[in-house]
Amino acid sequence: MAAAVEDEPTRRDFLVVASGAFVAVGGAAAMWPLIDQMNPDASSQALAAIEVDLAPIAPGQAITVLWRGKPVFIRRRTPAEIKQARQTPLEDLRDPYARNPELPPDAPATDANRTKKGHEEWLVLIGICTHLGCIPKGQNIGDKKGDYNGWFCPCHGSHYDTAGRIRKGPAPRNLDLPPYNFTSETMIKIG
Amino acid sequence: MVHHESSYQPGTAIERWLDQRLPIIRMAADFAAFPTPRNLNYWWTFGGILTFCLAVQIITGIVLAMHYQPNDALAFDSVERIMRDVNWGWLIRYTHAVGASMFFLAAYIHIFRGLYYGSYKAPRELVWILGVMLFLVMIMTAFMGYSLPWGQMSYWAVTVITNLFSSLDSIIDGLGTAIVQWIWGGYSVTGVTLTRLYSLHYLLPFVIAAIVVLHIWAFHITGNNNPTGLDVRQESDTVPFHPYYTIKDGFALALFTLLFAWFVFYAPNYLGHPDNYIRANPLQTPPHIVPEWYFLPFYAILRAIPNKLFGVIAMFASILVLFIVPWLDTSRVRSTKYRPIYKWFFWLFVATCLGLGYLGSKPPEGAYLVWARICTFWYFFHFFVVLPVVGLIEKPKPMPASITESVLGSSEGAAGERGGGGTPEPGGATACPEKR
Ligand code: HEM
Ligand code: FES
Repeated sequence: MAAAVEDEPTRRDFLVVASGAFVAVGGAAAMWPLIDQMNPDASSQALAAIEVDLAPIAPGQAITVLWRGKPVFIRRRTPAEIKQARQTPLEDLRDPYARNPELPPDAPATDANRTKKGHEEWLVLIGICTHLGCIPKGQNIGDKKGDYNGWFCPCHGSHYDTAGRIRKGPAPRNLDLPPYNFTSETMIKIG
Repeated sequence: MVHHESSYQPGTAIERWLDQRLPIIRMAADFAAFPTPRNLNYWWTFGGILTFCLAVQIITGIVLAMHYQPNDALAFDSVERIMRDVNWGWLIRYTHAVGASMFFLAAYIHIFRGLYYGSYKAPRELVWILGVMLFLVMIMTAFMGYSLPWGQMSYWAVTVITNLFSSLDSIIDGLGTAIVQWIWGGYSVTGVTLTRLYSLHYLLPFVIAAIVVLHIWAFHITGNNNPTGLDVRQESDTVPFHPYYTIKDGFALALFTLLFAWFVFYAPNYLGHPDNYIRANPLQTPPHIVPEWYFLPFYAILRAIPNKLFGVIAMFASILVLFIVPWLDTSRVRSTKYRPIYKWFFWLFVATCLGLGYLGSKPPEGAYLVWARICTFWYFFHFFVVLPVVGLIEKPKPMPASITESVLGSSEGAAGERGGGGTPEPGGATACPEKR
């Protein structure tokens, strides 16, 4: 072959590369709608905020409400539970971060950072175990609350304390807080 | 390698006409005449049994799909309607549900058969890899199918298993959550999730069927392995697939269907979990969630490791490691029959897998957890240390000179007799005249 002289790219080479590239890019672009259609759609993204009346909840009681399809735990803690949470040294925590969307991501997991100032009685948490998504026990009277008196996840044995922080078991993170605000002394708005 | 030339002679004008256009009869005839080692034992019948299982799942599945409603408000009731109102619905559904278990039972036997006789070794690496792919797609299919009745176990199994991907958050923040929400189509498992699992549950068995075709094609190029692990060297080492192995496979299949039918008619719910007859409740996790029995060993490995990410990695690795077994095993000898040291390790490995299955059904605490960790360790030790090292240090036992000799005691088998029967070989030569 007299290849050496013909090493210059020809018009045909250019067309082959250009059309090949066009097909590849077009194919990749066509994939995106097929993949993205599976993401949460407009209706599930339109997240309604909910209001919850806290008046009927007595100290030591807890209720579960549904927000964005997720259970939200609202517990009115007893003074003993608050004390237990506040006295825990931060070095004892498995996850050092507060996981509070209203604070910077590196805010430490103190009890103060996981509650609202002036409303320390109230703990509001997303009730989904950070291990593999089960709903921990501890909301109902008679539930097993785990070694730290908060919540216990029966699926693979994660124990949370009275500030919803992970203390023992496979879960990697403290229970997340939802964004919420007190609209009056006894009303909160979640979302 | 048994290169197998066609011996098909079109007999009629129609067959000749067809043969020049679409040689489909030739394909079937060659399949029937395929020269198969004469010494295959009953462990080799599970390939045919698996094909039967796939057919049963597809047929019963298509019928179920005529009555099932893939919608979170209707799914649970539609399954109860199938059970109570649809003519023969109970039979079809129990056959499908028990069928999934029987499918896995057969697959596990088939896989251990391959491990024992070294069927993954050259030149059958691709046969083995396609087999591991089949196993993976089967796992996905069964997982998605189990979600469809939308009972408590369905719902929480989907939640826990899809959440496995959230462990990726600890590598790239937000990646795991993004993947999980993409799978869910929302911020938790909902009816949107159910509908897509249904769509894929319908699709994947046909993907399995396609891979089965490749799997069979691949071992028709290399030829079957056999209990001695020796290569086929001469005409007398083989018999035509039909009628020898169609009959043998058929007999084994008859016994297998007896077991299958026993479960369907006498213990249809024995292999399932009663909580799945409770409607899915996104606000309450059942006290003990356990997967179906066929996933228990992997579940035990997941829970044996106290770190979320590494638990998930170990679980996936325990399946994916099968892909590289052909290169982990250093032995020159295929069949464990001739491997005096490895033989013990093989059975220890079987015991480890059974142990993991048992431990996966127990709560992960106390002695159960300790044992689960020991077994998990040994599971990986077997693949990464035992397989490579034993192959190097072991002295294999003497082997017969040929497959024929292993059956007849002498290699001059070409005109010899079938062991015991005394009927002369009905012309291995006539059946496969190509090998002269
Ligand atoms: C590899 C083959 C297959 C496997 C391993 C498999 C496995 C399963 C499993 C474990 C269930 C749950 C059974 C229960 O507890 O109720 C199920 C349900 C179902 N499957 Fe399949 N399946 C397969 C093929 C198919 C095919 C091909 C179709 C449709 C064409 C199908 C349609 C259905 C339907 C509609 C249900 C829901 C009804 C029910 O729960 O009984 N399956 N499948
Ligand atoms: S999901 Fe809670 S411990 Fe695993």
